[in-house]
Amino acid sequence: MEIRLKNLTKVFTDKRGNETVAVDNLDVVIPSGKLVGLLGPSGCGKSTTLYMIAGLLKPSGGKIYFGDNDVTRVSPDKRGIGLVFQNYALYPHMTVRQNIMFPLENMKVSHKEALRLTTEMAELVGIADQLDKKPAQLSGGQQQRVAIARALVKKPDVLLLDEPLSNLDARLRLQTREEIKRIQRETGITTIFVTHDQEEAMSISDEMIVLDLGRLQQMDTPQEIYDQPDNLFVAKFLGSPPINVVDAVVKGKKIIVDGIEVASTNAKDGEYTLGVRPEDFRVVEKGIFTFKREDIEVEVIGRDTMVRFSVGDNKMVRAVVDSDSVRDKDVISINIKQGKALLFDKESGSVVI
Amino acid sequence: MTEPRRTRFKVKMARARWHLRNFFQTVGETIKKGLSKIGLGFLFKLPPFVRAMIYLAPALAILGVFTFYPIFNSVFISFLKDYNMFTGEVSGYTLLDNYLTILKHQAFAQSVINTAVIAFISVPLTIIISLAVSVALAAIKPLKGLFQTVYFLPYVTNSIALGLVFAYMFSGNANTINTQLSLSNAILKGIGLQPIAWLGIGATYWSAMSVILLYTIWNGLAFKIIVFLTGIQSIDKQYYQAAQIDGASKYKTFRRVTVPLISPMIFYILITSLIGSFKTYSSVVAIIGATGRITSGRHGPLDMRTIVFYIYDFLQNAGQPGNMSLAAAASIILFIIILFFTVIQLQVGKRRVHY
Repeated sequence: MEIRLKNLTKVFTDKRGNETVAVDNLDVVIPSGKLVGLLGPSGCGKSTTLYMIAGLLKPSGGKIYFGDNDVTRVSPDKRGIGLVFQNYALYPHMTVRQNIMFPLENMKVSHKEALRLTTEMAELVGIADQLDKKPAQLSGGQQQRVAIARALVKKPDVLLLDEPLSNLDARLRLQTREEIKRIQRETGITTIFVTHDQEEAMSISDEMIVLDLGRLQQMDTPQEIYDQPDNLFVAKFLGSPPINVVDAVVKGKKIIVDGIEVASTNAKDGEYTLGVRPEDFRVVEKGIFTFKREDIEVEVIGRDTMVRFSVGDNKMVRAVVDSDSVRDKDVISINIKQGKALLFDKESGSVVI
Repeated sequence: MTEPRRTRFKVKMARARWHLRNFFQTVGETIKKGLSKIGLGFLFKLPPFVRAMIYLAPALAILGVFTFYPIFNSVFISFLKDYNMFTGEVSGYTLLDNYLTILKHQAFAQSVINTAVIAFISVPLTIIISLAVSVALAAIKPLKGLFQTVYFLPYVTNSIALGLVFAYMFSGNANTINTQLSLSNAILKGIGLQPIAWLGIGATYWSAMSVILLYTIWNGLAFKIIVFLTGIQSIDKQYYQAAQIDGASKYKTFRRVTVPLISPMIFYILITSLIGSFKTYSSVVAIIGATGRITSGRHGPLDMRTIVFYIYDFLQNAGQPGNMSLAAAASIILFIIILFFTVIQLQVGKRRVHY
């Protein structure tokens, strides 16, 4: 089911009449059968967007289409969605089986059929042996699976997940995100999930929607967004360690930082912001930046080595390079990899090609 | 402009709390020093259990004198023969005589019936009505505070006064009900029904009982609504959102989500109000009168006394030898009845209540 959001807007008004624009004219098309991540810092409107798609929040403006149907005014239960809440919202007084079966109770399904569907879902998410327990007796990861099973049992067209991994510990998080991806692949259901964790979003989404201040920043595949960010916000938000940002000047097709020419460009002369990802540096024999080893911080972390040096007005730059390339060197010389220098407009922050 | 002033006020409050805390700390230390000086410093070195006992002693003493001793004493008194409370004279001991006398007493049987009617009709109805009202109150936003106050008012008002108001609203004898309309009869007439002699001459058992029930139900609502409302408001909104997405109807959501999630509160209210209703007394006094009887009902005199009323009537003539023992025996029977229903409820609760 393709989901189209047209000029979707949500304005919250508090008791004093102050208005907060949580989602601002959001205009995206979510392709059918894909796992799409809604990514952004807290307060960017991603959960609000999800809840509007679910129908639990009424948009202040704009339309939501499921396929060709306008569902903006359709009640949540008629939209054909399954929603997994951040804290799962499993009914504590019901067993796992009753929890998963609950959506079917409200449909015209025979008891036998309901039991069969429940078992089928429990098997899909891998909790078939836990059906008679109460949610409180399960681990966080298992509860998460029950919540997914409950969302999927009525065969919705769209699965919505609100911060699905935030309540799990690091190890379970890794395991569960593989699991979500597997379930999505097996069912082929259009899935939208909300997260503030860029690594999580990058690792499982087919496509990513980056939001900030309720506005769409970029939508593309994770790798595209990472390699070719549309603006400085997206560039800064993705990647760990984060992208290095320094002031730069372009003069005669050359990018100059602190009087040193670092790369070439087609951009017009003027002042810009230069962004280079830590892994886009390379140690060479004779490069742009050359330091004595004792003047900079060199931190070997297994295969990679983090080199920290300052450029310009003490602006710290992190470079992650191959450990072998700096071994036994007293003088370290560093270059930026070809075509990896990103220029951003100083005013608007949008990328300059 | 209100912002800075409010902040200043908050800072002042925080400072006041800080000083208050310091003050109590200083007081505490001073007391400790003082006690150490007069040789009572060892009090602070006693083992925790002993210290706890010392702290509990005043409460234990009061409970002992006014609760535990009377309980055991009434069991004891119920085994005495011709006990004279004032002289302390006893003609002998008996195991069951007092109990058998009570059980054979027609008035006692009537009081058990009256009490059971009040308990088993008013308790379920109050709980259902207060649940409905609290769900409604939780759902509305405007005027919520006003309604909460309105429903809570009976709780803070004197129950005898309320009962008298009820008695007045339902007053009137068979021969005057058409000419001197009480509020209830005015309403009845207004909607085209015959006025009823609820409590006066010509009253029937159920006309009088329905006034008592109406009063008991209404009077019991306040506290229950507050408890249920608190429970409902503490339920995570996400359960309702989940139910909404799952397509559960309003009634189904109430039955499958709200009720189970506040079942500990419902259970608590059920037990306490059933116990409370078995001890009904003041409402009957206020509505029926100090005798608990309607002398000229349509089919003769009506005895509206409850078990507690019946017990208290013995105490009116406590000087009569043996009366105290009968009262004690009746109290023990009441205790056993309450115990029986409470145990049943606890057993049912084990399966039905989700903590």
